[in-house]
Amino acid sequence: MAILIDRHTRVMTQGITGKTGQFHTRQCREYAFGRDCFVAGVNPKKAGEDFEGIPVFATVEAARQTTGATVSVIYVPPAYAAAAIDEAVEAELDLVICITEGIPVRDMLRTRARMRGKKTQLIGPNCPGVITPGELKIGIMPGAIHQQGRIGVVSRSGTLTYEAVAQLSELGLGQSTCIGIGGDPINGLKHIDILKLFNEDDGTDAVLMVGEIGGTDEEESAHWVKDHMKKPVVGFVAGMTAPPGKRMGHAGAIIAGGKGTAQEKIEVMEACGIHVARNPAEMGKLLKTVI
Amino acid sequence: MKIHEYQAKAILSRYAISVPAGIACFSVEEAILAAEKLGGDKWVVKAQIYAGGRGKAGGVKLAKSIVEVRQFSEAMLFAPLVTHQTGPQGQIVRRLYIEQGIDISHEYYVALVVDRASQCVSLIASDAGGMDIEGVATSTPEKIHKTQINPLEGLNLQDAERVVRQINLPESCRSAAVSMLGALYQAFDENDISLLEINPLIVTPDNRLIALDAKMNFDDNALFRHPEIVALRDLDEDDPLEVEAARHGLSYIPLDGDIGCLVNGAGLAMATMDIIKLYGGNPANFLDVGGGATVEKVTEAFKLMLRNPDLQAILVNIFGGIMRCDVIADGVVSAVREVKLAVPLIVRLEGTNVELGKKILADSGLTIIAGSNMADAARKAVDAAARHRSEAATRGA
Repeated sequence: MAILIDRHTRVMTQGITGKTGQFHTRQCREYAFGRDCFVAGVNPKKAGEDFEGIPVFATVEAARQTTGATVSVIYVPPAYAAAAIDEAVEAELDLVICITEGIPVRDMLRTRARMRGKKTQLIGPNCPGVITPGELKIGIMPGAIHQQGRIGVVSRSGTLTYEAVAQLSELGLGQSTCIGIGGDPINGLKHIDILKLFNEDDGTDAVLMVGEIGGTDEEESAHWVKDHMKKPVVGFVAGMTAPPGKRMGHAGAIIAGGKGTAQEKIEVMEACGIHVARNPAEMGKLLKTVI
Repeated sequence: MKIHEYQAKAILSRYAISVPAGIACFSVEEAILAAEKLGGDKWVVKAQIYAGGRGKAGGVKLAKSIVEVRQFSEAMLFAPLVTHQTGPQGQIVRRLYIEQGIDISHEYYVALVVDRASQCVSLIASDAGGMDIEGVATSTPEKIHKTQINPLEGLNLQDAERVVRQINLPESCRSAAVSMLGALYQAFDENDISLLEINPLIVTPDNRLIALDAKMNFDDNALFRHPEIVALRDLDEDDPLEVEAARHGLSYIPLDGDIGCLVNGAGLAMATMDIIKLYGGNPANFLDVGGGATVEKVTEAFKLMLRNPDLQAILVNIFGGIMRCDVIADGVVSAVREVKLAVPLIVRLEGTNVELGKKILADSGLTIIAGSNMADAARKAVDAAARHRSEAATRGA
């Protein structure tokens, strides 16, 4: 068991003909059941062609109808990426995973507004993607560091997620599903949404939640955890030493008006029963103590 | 990206939002000429820096004569202005804005901001405008009115009318205020603004509505479609190292410690700073080389860190995903040779092609301290920095 994706998921790549789209589609195909799962690509100008045997369609709708794919991954450049999400939402896909970094906030605000009341769920943008180890990898994370298992991982970061996963794997703690929700202020599923999914998943025993400065996402999920979560949650918040008012790489990682500090988040998380690692090298170790 | 008040007001004018007549100046002489040209019997001399809190810090002065315009301009220009947002060293004032003085009957506050929690743009308004809006927000939050705007519809008329009533604008200004709020949202939306703040928005004794101050921040992700905004950038206001870093596609923020950090990924970069602090050291910077680092980028990153005269060690922490460890290792080796590195270098590599990366470092003949994991590398960096500092002190003595 896992959440969001598994070996039965059928995936299309939007932006399959670009350099990034090609590279990562190839890598994902080589991982576990990827060869069965990646069934379509989308490019309006290259319909009818194929990428290493994967047929390319003009539209998401056409790709869905012909191949039955219900999930898409987006590598389209930032200026066009929000429109690519819109197209996937219009075609009523179940899940869209947008890897693209640097999408204008205005575009994302409109896309999020259009998504209201629609069935499609969004992961990202500006994220590494989703992996269910041993089954399917959709995104840019290194597959080899993952291990099949029963720990759920959710994070706003890319490489810090890899660090967390590597720590778990080294301790023999495999992962059910690992999700990078992305570092942008306006995005799809948040920590709280993913925690809800892990809570209901029979294949997940505990969750590692990696947050960072900026916004109130971690606090909101902490309050939810306190009232509803049936499984132990371990957390880490990056940016204890980040100066206020500076954007720390991610568009969403900024302490604004004294709000969104790591200290604040950690206090709320601990008050809500989440075990918070102060040392980023000990996320896995702490998780091991709670299961 | 931020811009100056006078630039923000020029944008507002294009949307038919009233602002006082004013002229931007770069010297005292220009300021005096500007005041004469504007005419009237009072002027406001305003220091143009990006940081807020200018009013309380003495960066905004009402001059009642040309002599006073001269005095205030002389005092402000080329002097540091220290506000609660500039840090103790302040920001040197290089531009002034001379405005016609305007009589104020009441001060209001209006802002548009991207609200992450509701994933909407929020219109924030209050009848308690002026210098201490933060104080109002904490002590009397009921005076702050928040309205969420659907980006697909824009600010609707009913909402604008309600806001205008909520902040008790005089009857005779209300229809003008409703149009002004619509124009503000249009300006916000069309220019990809992430924060637009008018504080104060004033009503004059003859019931005119005027934006007396204006603050605008723009969404960096959208600058590609606004070359006219990018052209407004004042490089004197930005940290020169941050500007230099951005030119090379690096995300770099200087801090006040002595251990340089070179990391891939923003989250891991922050965590690396955090762990250095946890082990008793002090990070000298945040530096994210991004997903596609090349030998050139890594070399530039080393050069940036070495501009810090107090640097005692460099910690490289790479978790290779897309980025291959061998590419990083090549970059590190060539950078160390090029810059003739004189401080200890600690490298931790993990992920794609890690063995090849480690071999490249080992075969290079350079003195590189290997960290077996994040904790080990951070501890070694803290120790090496302390040792290097004390050795330097011994040599100095």
